[in-house]
Amino acid sequence: MSGGQLRSAATVVGLSIQEGIRRRVFLAVLVLTAGFLALYGLGAHFAFEDVEGFASGEPEILDAHAFTGATIFGMAMFATLFLGAVLAVFLTLGVVRGDAESGLLQPIVVRPIGRTTMLVARFAGAATLSALYVVVVYLAAWAITEATGDWSPDHLLGPALGLALAVAIIAALSLLASTVLSVTAQGIVVFMVFGAGLVAGLLAQIGNALDSDSLHTIGRVASWALPFEGLYAAGLHGLISGTTGLTGVALQLGPFGGSEAAGAGLIAWAFAYLLGVLALAAFLFSRRDL
Amino acid sequence: MAAPVLAVRELNKRYGSQEALAGVDLEVGAGQLVGLLGPNGAGKSTLTKIACGLVRPSGGAVEVLGRPAGSAEARAALGYLAELFRFPGWCTAEELLRLHQRLAGSAGGEAERRELLELVDLGEAAGKRIEAMSKGMQQRLGVAQALVGSPRLLLLDEPTSALDPVGRRIVRELLEELRRRSVAVLLNSHLLSEVELVCDHVAIIAGGRLVKAGTPAELAGPGAVEVETGSGVRTFEDAGREDAPRIVADLVAAGESVYRVEARHSSLEDVYLDAVGGQTG
Repeated sequence: MSGGQLRSAATVVGLSIQEGIRRRVFLAVLVLTAGFLALYGLGAHFAFEDVEGFASGEPEILDAHAFTGATIFGMAMFATLFLGAVLAVFLTLGVVRGDAESGLLQPIVVRPIGRTTMLVARFAGAATLSALYVVVVYLAAWAITEATGDWSPDHLLGPALGLALAVAIIAALSLLASTVLSVTAQGIVVFMVFGAGLVAGLLAQIGNALDSDSLHTIGRVASWALPFEGLYAAGLHGLISGTTGLTGVALQLGPFGGSEAAGAGLIAWAFAYLLGVLALAAFLFSRRDL
Repeated sequence: MAAPVLAVRELNKRYGSQEALAGVDLEVGAGQLVGLLGPNGAGKSTLTKIACGLVRPSGGAVEVLGRPAGSAEARAALGYLAELFRFPGWCTAEELLRLHQRLAGSAGGEAERRELLELVDLGEAAGKRIEAMSKGMQQRLGVAQALVGSPRLLLLDEPTSALDPVGRRIVRELLEELRRRSVAVLLNSHLLSEVELVCDHVAIIAGGRLVKAGTPAELAGPGAVEVETGSGVRTFEDAGREDAPRIVADLVAAGESVYRVEARHSSLEDVYLDAVGGQTG
């Protein structure tokens, strides 16, 4: 990429950010996120308080404090992934076909920037903002959990980076969908794919609980096909990877999806998948008549 | 003869089974203003879009300054205003031009932005949000946007469709100024009178084919000279403006009183209707 194209790419990223600020998208996201975190803080406070109450004097077969911390923080992770996915989808909504149909795209694409650079710039803007968003919300949720219940996950940063990569993949999938689908269809398809990924994770979890190899395999294959789910499951695993005994087993079957270690294979696959999706989106965009 | 700024050779475009362009040849030279006429769906916008790389041709070739249309070099040399366009409504006019300066790599800075806004009579609206502008103002801003970076070739698709008579005059004067600056302009328009007024060359497309081309005078033909005399109005067919003094001299010599002389030629509209055979899109 030449210096001129880099400057043009930075201009397109800046345009997306400026639009988000002017349209008050970021303000709305900020207010709603503050609401979510306040609600989470309230929930975490009462969860820890109530568990301390009913767990006192009981035999120590389950570490109620760790169980509560991991469960409620797992819920925060689920909500963070969902909010990050919403942001990633909305920041990439109508980027190609939608903008082409409304006439917004043509004046930019005829400039020397070129289609691939424009697409990569739009991805970079959406993915960076979404990834930053999930990392910040994740860390805020951790700070609240630590402050209200004095509980921290076994691994703090790994799950955050996994979430960041997961939303980047969702942004890439959304961008790919925008090359062929109208705005409404793009939004529906990406959220259905997102839901399918989460269902795949739950299938794997149920397969684990029932000791069903077939179900577990179906769930695992589906979550590799949509690796944002695999990264999420790996993030959940990172929260409790050092927790042993009945507490560890119970948490592995947690209510917000099964946890499963990532391994280097999944991370490498997630990056390759991301590049593949972007390459396909660039190819389809380059062939499209505007 | 200097190489054309825009060269279209044997251009074909098919959308599935539909033929949008079939073997079109066209050239636009530096400082030349070429009007592209044709009914809706004739292929005018498709040709323009191929020239700026938005649509891929099915056959033939289009070159801008000798570079294939759609290449980075070709795109760097042109300015384009689409028939259906939209700019981010939250931007001001000034911000939009700044954005396009960055994308075009223009070093014109504030002076260029001010000059372009004044050229399209939007000097007072520099800080106005686009969503608060009338359609006509947006169209004039679109013309200014297309001129960012001083392009050698300007492709304008119906640039005056939303303009009132004053707005049209502003654009017409701007086009004349661009001709003086040796900018090559391809102008798609349905407004025949406007094309007749400003264009050096006219190409008429119908059904994806070039059916007529030439200067407005060539297309219009010799016409007639109409003379009002004491014995009534007399029309001299196939006579031109240059024949008028001789006709008047002959009439006066024959003892006729001459009150009015008018050189008439068939209008571009007549030529157009004849060429497209009454087609409409």
